[in-house]
Amino acid sequence: MSNPTFMGYRRENGRVGIRNHVLILPLDDISNAACEAVSNNIKGTTVIPHAYGRLQFGADLELHFRTIIGTGANPNVAAVVVIGIEPGWTNKVVEGIAATGKPVAGFSIEQNGDINTIAAASRKAKEFVHHATALQREECPISDLWVATKCGESDTTSGLSANPTVGNFIDKMYEMGATLCFGETSEITGAEHIVAGRAETPEAAEKFMKTWSAYNDFILAEKTDDLSDSQPTKGNIEGGLTTIEEKALGNVQKIGKKAKYVDVLEPAEAPAKGSGLYFMDTSSAAAECNTLQAAAGYVLHLFPTGQGNVIGNPIMPVIKITGNPRTVRTMSEHIDLDVSAILRHEMTLDQAGDALIAEAIGAANGRHTSAEALGHVEFSLTKLYRSA
Amino acid sequence: MSETHFLIHDKDDVVGVAVVENIKAGMDVVGYKMDTDEQVNLKALSDIPLGHKIALRDLLEGDTIIKYDVDMGRVVAPIKAGEHVHVHNVKTKRW
Repeated sequence: MSNPTFMGYRRENGRVGIRNHVLILPLDDISNAACEAVSNNIKGTTVIPHAYGRLQFGADLELHFRTIIGTGANPNVAAVVVIGIEPGWTNKVVEGIAATGKPVAGFSIEQNGDINTIAAASRKAKEFVHHATALQREECPISDLWVATKCGESDTTSGLSANPTVGNFIDKMYEMGATLCFGETSEITGAEHIVAGRAETPEAAEKFMKTWSAYNDFILAEKTDDLSDSQPTKGNIEGGLTTIEEKALGNVQKIGKKAKYVDVLEPAEAPAKGSGLYFMDTSSAAAECNTLQAAAGYVLHLFPTGQGNVIGNPIMPVIKITGNPRTVRTMSEHIDLDVSAILRHEMTLDQAGDALIAEAIGAANGRHTSAEALGHVEFSLTKLYRSA
Repeated sequence: MSETHFLIHDKDDVVGVAVVENIKAGMDVVGYKMDTDEQVNLKALSDIPLGHKIALRDLLEGDTIIKYDVDMGRVVAPIKAGEHVHVHNVKTKRW
C-alpha cells in the first residue's frame, strides 16, 4: 500500500497547514480588548486572548516571544494581525512571524488609543480574510504532516488502549516520515529510564536525562507534600492510577515500540533536525503543553484520555481517543475515536492504529474534531517565573 | 469467548486491570495476559471498579508492585490475591 496523502494549505515557507486561520494576536494582556474588538468586527478571524506579555525578562521573556511568534508562524495560520501596547515588542513579534513569508501586520495602542487602533487593525484584518479565503488546499504527502501528542485525565484504560493506539500511530507515521512530538517532562517520572533508552543518539539521551533531572529537582525543591494530590491527579486516582510511576509507564505507551526521538526541544522550540520524533520539555498540564507544541509548528494533535479531558486549541485541531467504555457513554460528544473494543478483546492495537490514521487524515482534510465543534480553544502560556 | 473481566500487561506483572464495571467481591473473574494471551482465573475478594487493579497473588508490606513488567511502587499494607490494589495499600517510591 502506498503512503496516504491529505489535502492541506502549503504556505510560503513550504510547511503545510490543515486549517486556514486569520489570527488576531495580542502581544500582551492589555491588548486583549482591542484584539477581541477587531475579531468581532471582521468575521472569519480567530482571536487568542492571553494573560501575559508585560515586564517579563530573561528566559521567561524569550519563551513568551517564542510562543507568541511560533503561534503566528504555525502553518495552520494564513495571516496575522498583531496588537501590542507599544511598538517595540509588537514589531519584534511581527518580524518573527514575517520570516515565514506569510502576511502579517502590527499595530500599537500607545498614542493611538483603542478605537483608532481597532479601526486600522480591522481594515487590515478584512484584507487578510479575503487573502486567506482565496487560498486552496492541495494534495500533500503524509510526511508533510506534523503531529504532536499528549494525554490527559488518564486512567489505567489509557495505558491499556488509547495510549498504545497513539503509540501504534506514532510507529507507523515515523516509518512514513512524519514529524512527531511528545512531552510532559514531569509525567515521565518512573519511566525516565525507558525514555532515555529511546533516543536516536547518546547525545539526545543525555540531553533528555539532563532535562528530566532539572524538572524533577525543581519539583523536589518546591513540593510541600508527597504530591499525592497533584501527580497523579484526583481524576487519575478515581480512574485507578495509584502512583506517578504507573501513570508514567502508561504515558510512554504513546511513543510506541519502535520510534526513536531525534532531539530534545526547549518549550515551543521548532524541530530543526528533519523528520522523526522529538521530545519537548513541557509541563504536563494539557493546555500549556498543547500551546507549546502548536507554537513549535505542529498542526494536528492526538489526545488520548481515560476519564475524559475536554481540551482543545485555538489553531491546532485536537483529536480525542478513549478506551474507557464509561467515558464513551457519558462524554461521547468529546470523543473522536472510541477504542474500548480493545478492552473487550475485540480489537487489536494494529487495527486501532489504522483507525487513528484514518481519523487524523479526515481531520487534516478539514473535518472538524469534537473539540473544534464544541468551541474548545484553550491557550495557556507557560510562565517560568515572576515578572520584574 | 467468555467475558474478559481484567487484562494483564506483561506476564510477570503482579496486578491486573479491571476492564468491566461490575466486578463484585466473591465473583469468579477471568483475565488474559496481553503479551501471551494466557488465561488467568481468580476469585475477587473486593469490589474492583473499572480501571482499578486486582492483585494476582498475595503481597506483603515492602513488596514491589510490578506492572508493564516495571516497578510502579511499594506495598504499604498486606494484600491478598483477588483484592483491590490502590492508594490505600500502595505508594510511590519517588515523591
